[in-house]
Amino acid sequence: MPILQPIGRTFLSFLEATGRLTLFTVIALSHCVRPPFYPRLVVRQMIEIGYYSLPVVGLTAIFTGMVLALQSYTGFERFSAESAIPNVVVVSITRELGPVLAGLMVAGRVGASMAAEIGTMRVTEQIDALDTLATNPFKYLIAPRLIAGLTMLPILVLIADIIGVFGGYLVSTQKLDFNPATYLKNTRDFVEVQDVVSGLVKAAVFGFLVTLMGCYHGYNSRGGAQGVGTATTNAVVSASILILCFNYFITELFFAR
Amino acid sequence: MNDASSNRTPKIKIRGLSKAFGDKVVLDNVNLDIFPGESVLVIGGSGSGKSVLLKCILGLLHPDSGSIEVDGEEVVGLMGEDLDRIRRKFGMLFQNAALFDSLTVWENVAFGLIQGQGRPRAEARKTALEKLAAVGLGEDVGSLMPAELSGGMRKRVGLARAIATEPEIIFFDEPTTGLDPIMGDVIDRLIVKCVKQLGATALSITHDMASARRISDRTAMLYRGNIIWVGPTAEIDRSDNPYVDQFINGRAEGPIQMQVRAL
Repeated sequence: MPILQPIGRTFLSFLEATGRLTLFTVIALSHCVRPPFYPRLVVRQMIEIGYYSLPVVGLTAIFTGMVLALQSYTGFERFSAESAIPNVVVVSITRELGPVLAGLMVAGRVGASMAAEIGTMRVTEQIDALDTLATNPFKYLIAPRLIAGLTMLPILVLIADIIGVFGGYLVSTQKLDFNPATYLKNTRDFVEVQDVVSGLVKAAVFGFLVTLMGCYHGYNSRGGAQGVGTATTNAVVSASILILCFNYFITELFFAR
Repeated sequence: MNDASSNRTPKIKIRGLSKAFGDKVVLDNVNLDIFPGESVLVIGGSGSGKSVLLKCILGLLHPDSGSIEVDGEEVVGLMGEDLDRIRRKFGMLFQNAALFDSLTVWENVAFGLIQGQGRPRAEARKTALEKLAAVGLGEDVGSLMPAELSGGMRKRVGLARAIATEPEIIFFDEPTTGLDPIMGDVIDRLIVKCVKQLGATALSITHDMASARRISDRTAMLYRGNIIWVGPTAEIDRSDNPYVDQFINGRAEGPIQMQVRAL
């Protein structure tokens, strides 16, 4: 049965990869909650993930908010429903676009650099060196990154929400002749706590996924520069797909009736 | 392996060690004793399983079968804190030094003291600078980053890091590979000096025969996953073993077939 063979082989290797990733995740998480901790390294990663991602996430957010207002206007104008623009902007940004776009940007920026850094450490035997110096690489390299990703992304997304709404406000008031006070009042009236909270929960999950993928692919990279390149690509691609995938399920969890 | 030291307890005792990657057998029933205070060298061509042997002893790889005892304690299958306790007995100089490139030179040397033993940074820094001085590097080198160092300097820093925790056993993975002959001799002398000062047991792997003669008391030759010859390094020229003869004289013709694929 030469047709079934490749299917079976692919299926088995998929199961193997899933098992390996699950095991990796469990070990990594267990090291996040057990001492010794490395607060110095956690803070360094928080700065790397949180602070240095601000410009790219902020720019993404402001242009997204701006284009959202512009596009909704051209559509809603036909039904004379322009007054719905403030809530379209705020709900789309807080629920979906803020966390998803921030997650994707951070996956490209942070996930890639993590995979490259840890991957290079793997192929130059630095991870073996950590082990021989009686330091667990999961504790020293991976746990600080996971903790930083989990905590920093919600903060980034909260800032992105504010900047995104501000982008919509800018276009609406400067270009589309909205009354600034009415726009802000409408925004405040329509946004619900659940909108923001669901976005922040998503952000935490995405932050975890991005750092997990970066660490996992870096840690398991093999075979020199090419291996590190592959690991970097895989980290970004898998993180992006997982973000979009989890985004749907978290949305269903929060909003499906 | 019947030599004068056979009545002592070995520091490291390897019995029936086997390891395969997929269907590729790398180590096949390896037996080796390393006695306290001696310097043993494993020679063998590229891909003969030398590195795998070291990594199995350090617990970086899990052997398929066999036993490794360090000071009479079985290390195969140890995990977590127990494995870390064994690993604190070891120091290792990696082939390309494997310095942490996000840390300065002195932080690299002090790493085992700070992270492994929990010593305060100021005290660890002092020890690190002493160890750097022992390998002939001044205090100013301590604040450089590893990327700023030449190959020979990296090896020295790697050596300083390996001896910083004053381990009982030190592993040297191809200590002279990639160095010019003079720097190779310098590193060899430093290795001999440091090992002697610490009274440590040393296990090295290399295929540099000049280096081999300088740093080792006893030599074992690994070929196709088996130890095919063990004896005092001084007698290696009279081994009467065609494989050993071919290897130490570096001849292309002989019983050893070059392995094309890396392990």
